[in-house]
Amino acid sequence: MDMTTLVELARSLWVVWLMAVFLGIVFWAYRPKNKERFEEDAKIIFKHDKNGGPAHG
Amino acid sequence: MTSASLAHSATPDAPNYYDDLIKLFVIAAAFWGLAGFLAGDYIAWQLAFPALNLDLEWTTFGRLRPLHTSAVIFAFGGNILLGSSFYVVQRTCRASLFGGAGLGTFIFWGYQAFIVLAATGYLLGISQGKEYAEPEWYVDLWLTIVWVAYLVAFAGTIIKRKEPHIYVANWFYLAFIITIAMLHLVNNASVPVSLSGTKSYIVWAGVQDAMTQWWYGHNAVGFFLTAGFLGMMYYFVPKQADRPVYSYRLSVIHFWALSFLYIWAGPHHLHYTALPDWVQTLGMTFSVMLWMPSWGGMINGLMTLSGAWHKLRTDPVLRFMVASVGFYGMSTFEGPLMSVKVVNSLSHYTDWTIGHVHSGALGWNALISFGVLYFLVPKLWKRERLYSLRLVNMHFWISTIGIVLYITAMWVSGIMQGLMWRTYDSLGFLQYSFIETVEAMHPYYIIRAIGGLLFVIGALIMIYNLYKTAKGDLRDEAPMGANTAPLAAR
Amino acid sequence: MQAKLEKNVILLAIATLITVSIGGLVQLVPLYTMESTIEKVDGVRPYSPLELAGRNIYVREGCYLCHSQMIRPFRDEVERYGHYSLAAESMYDHPFQWGSKRTGPDLARVGGKYSNDWHVAHLTDPRQVVPESIMPGYPFLVEKPLYFDDIAAHMETLRIVGTPYTDEQIANALADLRAQANPETVDPEAMQARYPKAVAADFDGKTMITEMDALVAYLQVMGTMVDTTSYQPNSDGR
Repeated sequence: MDMTTLVELARSLWVVWLMAVFLGIVFWAYRPKNKERFEEDAKIIFKHDKNGGPAHG
Repeated sequence: MTSASLAHSATPDAPNYYDDLIKLFVIAAAFWGLAGFLAGDYIAWQLAFPALNLDLEWTTFGRLRPLHTSAVIFAFGGNILLGSSFYVVQRTCRASLFGGAGLGTFIFWGYQAFIVLAATGYLLGISQGKEYAEPEWYVDLWLTIVWVAYLVAFAGTIIKRKEPHIYVANWFYLAFIITIAMLHLVNNASVPVSLSGTKSYIVWAGVQDAMTQWWYGHNAVGFFLTAGFLGMMYYFVPKQADRPVYSYRLSVIHFWALSFLYIWAGPHHLHYTALPDWVQTLGMTFSVMLWMPSWGGMINGLMTLSGAWHKLRTDPVLRFMVASVGFYGMSTFEGPLMSVKVVNSLSHYTDWTIGHVHSGALGWNALISFGVLYFLVPKLWKRERLYSLRLVNMHFWISTIGIVLYITAMWVSGIMQGLMWRTYDSLGFLQYSFIETVEAMHPYYIIRAIGGLLFVIGALIMIYNLYKTAKGDLRDEAPMGANTAPLAAR
Repeated sequence: MQAKLEKNVILLAIATLITVSIGGLVQLVPLYTMESTIEKVDGVRPYSPLELAGRNIYVREGCYLCHSQMIRPFRDEVERYGHYSLAAESMYDHPFQWGSKRTGPDLARVGGKYSNDWHVAHLTDPRQVVPESIMPGYPFLVEKPLYFDDIAAHMETLRIVGTPYTDEQIANALADLRAQANPETVDPEAMQARYPKAVAADFDGKTMITEMDALVAYLQVMGTMVDTTSYQPNSDGR
């Protein structure tokens, strides 16, 4: 595939690409199944305190 | 890694964080920050009083301005980004830095060498002549080597992590590292005249070079000054507020929407130029859309404090961070507005642009950097607390007043000059000669320079406070908020 | 798949790279492939050796930080500065110098508007000529001899990146540079045949060729190459 065909492809498909990926991400992020896991992930920043990381007096 | 910090590893499974390295980045950030603010304020006075150019070739506005922009963006901002990213990635991955102290030390000194090579070049008149990409080919090559080392250290730390999930701050840092590499390589593609000389010619020309430059320039804002700093926001604001980010799900959407949309916005720097219309329209459309993820991110940062707003009264460090997120919201509203062609026809080429840049750079980037420095220094030097919260509070107000003076002066001068340029008299002739519009700027240039001076003074207060903190001194002072809230409420 | 993404840094990096590449592919690449990007006009030529040396001084001193070289198609700009700028006019500019700020006026068509003497006096001490000016003075330009021994190497480098310098132009680089700066001692006719509309003069009145000579030669050619009165915009143009 040379550069010109690649460019043509990107030019014609970017809107579809944008919508599909964006909706996919929104679905994934707001899926009820994932709610709890994300709330856990948000607490990662407090974990190393408990583990006695060196910089936390 | 010194034996002293090794001894601090409390539990067997806790990794040894390379914090001595981060101390170096903190010191460098404070130093270059002050240097960059001073250079900026000096050239601000030059615009008010041109005799300050001194008629010497090394001290003209044209040579000092790249010195100012590079010092604040790449030296101050860069050191904060590199240092904070190493701090965050080690802790959120619960892993020590990949490559160890050796690679980390190379990255630190390699990056400082890049800054010094670039800065001395500007003073001597070695410049590629592309805004925010002035360093010549040999400096660009050196930065490429350092940047690859940085990517290896950062991504390598993520790979060896003990935490299954990659925390979202690291996504932002990673996007910053990768995108800056791509932009840097494409925009700086050049052929040197001779391998023993400093001069090169950019391979792009004219309209293509313009588009490449602002694709680079706008995304240096988008990924260096936004994505990287959002990485800081997603770690340090929740940490300082001591509560998890408002919505982790929103941060995921924030990340992908921002990464996708930002890269398209560059052409708004080239409205009504010889750039083809379809590119301008595309750039404007995406710039306006960009408003949504930007405000999503702002809301996410601010709402992290919901239920804890009272902390702002007693914690001036948190106040720095929250104000910075507020300025982020303000400048990401102003940006899309200015990218609309009809607004841009007035604002482009005027001080309005300069004011907009500084509401982002001073309000967002610098204020959150100050907050992060105040956060890091007591932790890295293992002090109980900062030397003085009262001084932090004083710094906050002095710099905020400085920013307000700066951006209001630039709004007035920018809009005034834009209008004067297009004013016609009753006979249908242009009312003002160009030099009359320059004269009209004089008072605003003085106000702007005073605003900048306040910002410099604030930075000096911060450096004194951080120095005393690192030394281990504690100022004897009444606690913050003591006058308004009973002790129990805190 | 997305759960994998958040756990694998390589995948995350690749997905990010793809995300940020699309915009560049759509906006940048067509500018190089579409013929309508740059309109066809007569007159634009590569810079003469002296103009090129002057342009490099313009870049070196950061003039682009205060002066634009891009006139927008508005009534006030066209009346103040001249015909709006065409893409073709900067097609040999490595790098482009359109600028982003007008602390000083636009310079895209400054060529021929002022005399050589005016430029020399103005660059040396701007406030002597325009009392309200806030431009830095550049008195050192008349003192510094222009270094041009390697000017042919500069032209060869530019040829690598696409500027159509001919073998003849490169072979005569030094002679052409001297002829443009000293038309009284060297006949500039051959130089002007190779570089139409190049202004030949001893710009600063000094016997040696200075950086001032080169810079003023560049300023005097700016915007003069294209005959804008004969330019017809086509319907699908800008």
